[in-house]
Amino acid sequence: MTAGILKTSDGQWSAASGSNRTRSLWLAGLLVLLAIFVVLSVTVGTRNVAWADIIAGIGGAQDNIGRASVALRIPRTCLALLAGGALGLAGAIMQGVTRNPLADPGILGVNMGASLAVVVGVAWFGMSSAHAYIWTAVLGAGCAATFVYAIGSLGRGGATPLKLALAGAATSVAFASLVIAIVLPRGDIAGGIQSWQIGGVGGATYERILPVLPFLGIGFLISLLSARKLNSLALGDDLAAGLGENVAVARAVASLGAILLCGATTAVCGPIGFLGLVVPHVCRLLIGIDHRWLLPFSALGGACLLLAADVLGRIVARPAEIDVGIVTALIGGPFFIWIVRRQRVRDL
Amino acid sequence: MTVHASTIDFVISNRRRRASRYAATLAIMLALVMAIFAITLSIGQSITPPADVLRVLMGETVPGASFTVGQLRLPRAVMSVLAGFCFGLGGVAFQIMLRNPLASPDIIGITSGAGAAAVFAIVILSMSGPMVSIIAIVAGLGVALAVYGLSFRNGVAGTRLILVGIGVSAMLQSIIAYILQSAPAWSLQEAMRWLTGSVNGAQLDQALPLLTALVVFGGLLVSRSRDLEALRLGDDMAAALGTKVAQTRMLVMIAAVGLIASATAVTGPIAFVSFLAGPIAGRIVRNDGSLLLPSALTGALLVLVADYVGQHFLPGRYPVGVVTGALGAPYLIYLIIRVNRIGGSL
Repeated sequence: MTAGILKTSDGQWSAASGSNRTRSLWLAGLLVLLAIFVVLSVTVGTRNVAWADIIAGIGGAQDNIGRASVALRIPRTCLALLAGGALGLAGAIMQGVTRNPLADPGILGVNMGASLAVVVGVAWFGMSSAHAYIWTAVLGAGCAATFVYAIGSLGRGGATPLKLALAGAATSVAFASLVIAIVLPRGDIAGGIQSWQIGGVGGATYERILPVLPFLGIGFLISLLSARKLNSLALGDDLAAGLGENVAVARAVASLGAILLCGATTAVCGPIGFLGLVVPHVCRLLIGIDHRWLLPFSALGGACLLLAADVLGRIVARPAEIDVGIVTALIGGPFFIWIVRRQRVRDL
Repeated sequence: MTVHASTIDFVISNRRRRASRYAATLAIMLALVMAIFAITLSIGQSITPPADVLRVLMGETVPGASFTVGQLRLPRAVMSVLAGFCFGLGGVAFQIMLRNPLASPDIIGITSGAGAAAVFAIVILSMSGPMVSIIAIVAGLGVALAVYGLSFRNGVAGTRLILVGIGVSAMLQSIIAYILQSAPAWSLQEAMRWLTGSVNGAQLDQALPLLTALVVFGGLLVSRSRDLEALRLGDDMAAALGTKVAQTRMLVMIAAVGLIASATAVTGPIAFVSFLAGPIAGRIVRNDGSLLLPSALTGALLVLVADYVGQHFLPGRYPVGVVTGALGAPYLIYLIIRVNRIGGSL
């Protein structure tokens, strides 16, 4: 199955992967796109603000409502950039580690594991500090990832894409219903968790972003440095081992990076699904399968997509807002179905 | 010759034994449903003597008991049984037809579709009553056809259908979340009904449309139970046995979606009942007969017991869907592990 995918992938992507020149062009294009979305994210919102006030707001002035709302949009934009980058990168890593086109922090249940852990911590252990949130979320993400991978690789054929996706989806559904069971009788925390559970970047403040930065920083570092290892893993375990790669260690290190990214993001934004699925696929179509390019591209692309989804959510339902988790699910659902349809399905 | 005759005798007696065992199992399950129904009527926060319960059921006015039993407990119990029947029957019909326990309506998005339509009709269009059920049924059918069509590619492979369903389900669920979030009176209780399912605040006049749906669609399913059993053997085998495969599949789909959607429109998607009922019933009756009726009874038992437990045995009051959800979640994971390890089906 996997070999088949790689072969067809090669056929499809070899034309697009192109030279370093095309990659640089795409990189420039992506950066321009990102800049456009950053500007949009700061300027567009529920309230129409005049340009003069926007510029004053960026400068830090908060003396009228327009300027104050612009000042609120800036941390929100920062958070969207960070979260999008983290999820896009984590998705690319997971697809590389599991060699599975359906892998995504949402589909594999990692985000839901993080949020279950946070909910348990809040409901039963009275957790409230930002650091406790993040540590618990990362721990939950790690446990969920290990659990899903263990279930998915049981039986004949190891961890096939289908088995992993099914195990992840089932675990997600199971965790989601446990979350509801824990939250519901607790009127004191239910409201807050309910809106956190949908996944969004609204209401971000620098105080909320700051504690998560070291986690994201380490996560980004580990992930980006494992590009070469992922390239060897893509050849298949036997060949990678033959090339002198310690397959198990390579997998574990890369996964650790992805788990740090997912857990930290979920702790701040709630579980945002499908972003890590869509972005790496699109990036692969643009620049090919070399992870040294793919990983940074996925991070940039994820940031772009999350910003775009956030801006879209603010425009569509004016004067209300649609949480970004809803928008990404609506965009990512069809994409997921498209991939399921495209891949040849081996098992019945 | 004698060997031959004794083989036939053996087959006949074996068949007879299985049939009587099946009938006995059904009778026991029915008795259990009735017993628990009676218990939920008479024992709650306060205990009502069975004689008083009977008098209330006869329509007499009994001071103290009329309100608790007639207004609170009876609608709740009736609704639990009806919804349980609908979810159990509809769920097992899908599982049998698609030959996969994971292909239950709550996993492949049909329940979410009906739920999203019901929420839309109630919150945005401010409708109520049978119109909501009709819209939910139409939407459920639409989702079923869409999932089936989207997973069609040189035939429908089971896992592809489930994965497509999971994708569709995720989208529909986010639509539900959005509608609930933007609803003018965003109340957590009401929201929970549409996220996990609940029989809180059930009314007896809601029972009639649900009963009608149960009789019409359930009757259609049960009348087709022979063809449905044949489908378990695979499409080719079923066709060879004289079943019109495409027609049966269409009818079963309409009936099962009708059941699921009408129940969802009233109680919300009670988590995992349609997923759990079939496999549990399968364990109980083994190969003795059709799974339809045992699954319906199992569904009713599940909802009744889970609602009772959620009301009285846990700290705080949980809606039924939370209890079935917490029960179903580990089972779902267990099922995945089992299917991965040994393959196999229901």
